[in-house]
Amino acid sequence: MHIVVCMKQVPDSAQIRVHPVTNTIMRQGVPTIINPYDLFALEEALRLRDRLGGEVTVLTMGPPMAEESLRKALTFGADRAVLLTDRFFAGSDTLATSFALAAALAKIGQEFGVPPIVFTGKQTIDGDTAQVGPGIAKRLGLNQLTYVAKIADLDPTAGTITVERRAEGGVQVLSTRLPVLVTMLEGVNEIRRGSLDDAYRAARATIVKWTAADAGITDLGKCGLRGSPTIVKKVFAPQARAEKVRQVPTADVSTEALAASVMAEIFKCQPALEGELMRFSAGP
Amino acid sequence: MIGERFDAIVVGAGPSGNAAAYTMAKEGLKVLQLERGEYPGSKNVQGAILYADALEKIIPDFREDAPLERHVIEQRLWTMDDTSYVGMHYRSEDFNEEKPNRYTIIRAQFDKWFSGKVREAGAVLLCETTVTELLRDTQGRVIGVRTDRDGGTAFADVVILGEGVNGLVGQRSGLRPELKPDSVALAVKEMHFLPREVIESRFNLKGNEGVVIEAMGTITDGMTGTAFLYTNQESISVGIGCIVSDLVDSDRTPYGLLEAFKRHPSVRPLLENSECKEYAAHLIPEGGFNAMPDLYGDGWIVVGDAGQFVNAVHREGSNLAMTTGRIAGETVVWLKRRREELSKANLAEYQRRLEDTFVMKDLKKYRKIPAFLHNNKHVFGLYPKLISAAAQTWFRVDGVDKRTKEKQIFKALRQGRTLPGLIGDAVKLARSWR
Repeated sequence: MHIVVCMKQVPDSAQIRVHPVTNTIMRQGVPTIINPYDLFALEEALRLRDRLGGEVTVLTMGPPMAEESLRKALTFGADRAVLLTDRFFAGSDTLATSFALAAALAKIGQEFGVPPIVFTGKQTIDGDTAQVGPGIAKRLGLNQLTYVAKIADLDPTAGTITVERRAEGGVQVLSTRLPVLVTMLEGVNEIRRGSLDDAYRAARATIVKWTAADAGITDLGKCGLRGSPTIVKKVFAPQARAEKVRQVPTADVSTEALAASVMAEIFKCQPALEGELMRFSAGP
Repeated sequence: MIGERFDAIVVGAGPSGNAAAYTMAKEGLKVLQLERGEYPGSKNVQGAILYADALEKIIPDFREDAPLERHVIEQRLWTMDDTSYVGMHYRSEDFNEEKPNRYTIIRAQFDKWFSGKVREAGAVLLCETTVTELLRDTQGRVIGVRTDRDGGTAFADVVILGEGVNGLVGQRSGLRPELKPDSVALAVKEMHFLPREVIESRFNLKGNEGVVIEAMGTITDGMTGTAFLYTNQESISVGIGCIVSDLVDSDRTPYGLLEAFKRHPSVRPLLENSECKEYAAHLIPEGGFNAMPDLYGDGWIVVGDAGQFVNAVHREGSNLAMTTGRIAGETVVWLKRRREELSKANLAEYQRRLEDTFVMKDLKKYRKIPAFLHNNKHVFGLYPKLISAAAQTWFRVDGVDKRTKEKQIFKALRQGRTLPGLIGDAVKLARSWR
């Protein structure tokens, strides 16, 4: 079975900062990583491959340097990597991205076999929209299963899949017919460490690189900035909310005295709390 | 045991490992390079100054695409007390040459570039792959390595260990002893960001010109060590390092020393309004020639920091690393071409070739310096104070006549250190320097 995992190279959000004056994201020197949610998708795909046989292809759209993250995916054990890269894709929003990726997936189907399952992470950590996966599914006519926590059953012969989907207030068990697009939830598995052979293969692999034309895209008006109706009106860094640690000086070091002075300090900051606590301790 | 076979395995993707891997791969050898970091350079820390000569001998046209920050046109040497510095500055337009001699670099970027060249030359680089042990045959010859990945053995005619200052593979395999606290320095460093115009006006620079400051004195609180400040394009690298055994005996922390150095009235204005974006620490092998381990054996060679190839007096290390890496690579290529075995006897050629270079000549010249500095702490406390006081007496105009001032200066010197002490230190320094 051929499985495709769509992933994205993103700036490591732990190290990203917003320029205090211009409010633009400072990318200089910020390391890039594979979108962490996509690693859960990749591991799930690799497990299915190990169980059922077949191949895992990873697909990403991005600048030439996105090759790094594809090579890393190969080190984890993916079999093939496709990089969709073209200056026409620059500035894509989720609509334009799903358009381009859908075209590339169709091309992958022609070249390497039609995938009954396409995986993505539940969302990316830079855009946070969770729209690209469903967008691809819609364009390719795939059934979509989002926020999947577990693949309970997969029967390629019968063409059925059953998953557990985490939803507000519980877990939904959903079944549908292949082909599907699955977006994986975080924390449901742990990406493996590839073997030395995987590492050799990744180091020596030739990454398949496609331009828009290679992927069979003719309508460039649907790509990149031109194909993106989303307008970013304003970017700003949120104010840090965390309060600083406050030291409460006290002369008396007995437990009661310490507790009393800490409580007094808390009540000073949150006057409403005192009344509520008093009511609570007074009982009904 | 199964595993792929290579002509050579290089452990580490720092300057020495890259130099070795590049030299061999370029000549058509089948090379595997193993790096434990996420990418080459991710574990590496340096001031950092690139000495062009060593790299030119490996990649002659490196200036075309290597990520270089500024070429150094001015060198400042400072001896400092708590409020002053006495400096020797050398600035020359001659350093604005077509092929500059020294550059400031940012290692994370530079190492990536260097590694790209190694891979272009044909070496196979595997990152996030740690070598756990050397594999030996029944005669004790090193025949390959075991890594921490599944199916993780690989074989080669020779293993080149460029694993850095605290090279655990070599230590664990008994090729060299553990580091001694008195022959290794701990250096800490920060990157302070400033707009390039600010850097250029503060340091009197234009274009890609750069300044390097090396400082010693009371900033290390009597410990053997130095501080530095280097200008990059849009940042300043500032750091300080001391011998580990001195740090252990003192109550000072490395970051505390760095904070104090940054607060020094001579340094603070240079860093004003900058933003610290990076903090790093690293060990530097400073034991010199006398701390050098065995450099080769049956099927293995040591290069770079792992072999203690650092000239602490001249703040040179990466150029020694690149040179030892290159010569190790050239030696292996030479032996392979002659179809010679990579045995201990044949690999002695590596050391013979090193003896002919500045690497061994300089390390031998300064072999007594580490001990001299270890036993003469006045160099880092008393003398800088005396020099500064003398300068102040000399330059302050206060109605005291010059002959009296001279007397005051010599009196202060003799009060600080007895005449035999002064002469003794001078003689010892001269002897160590020879």
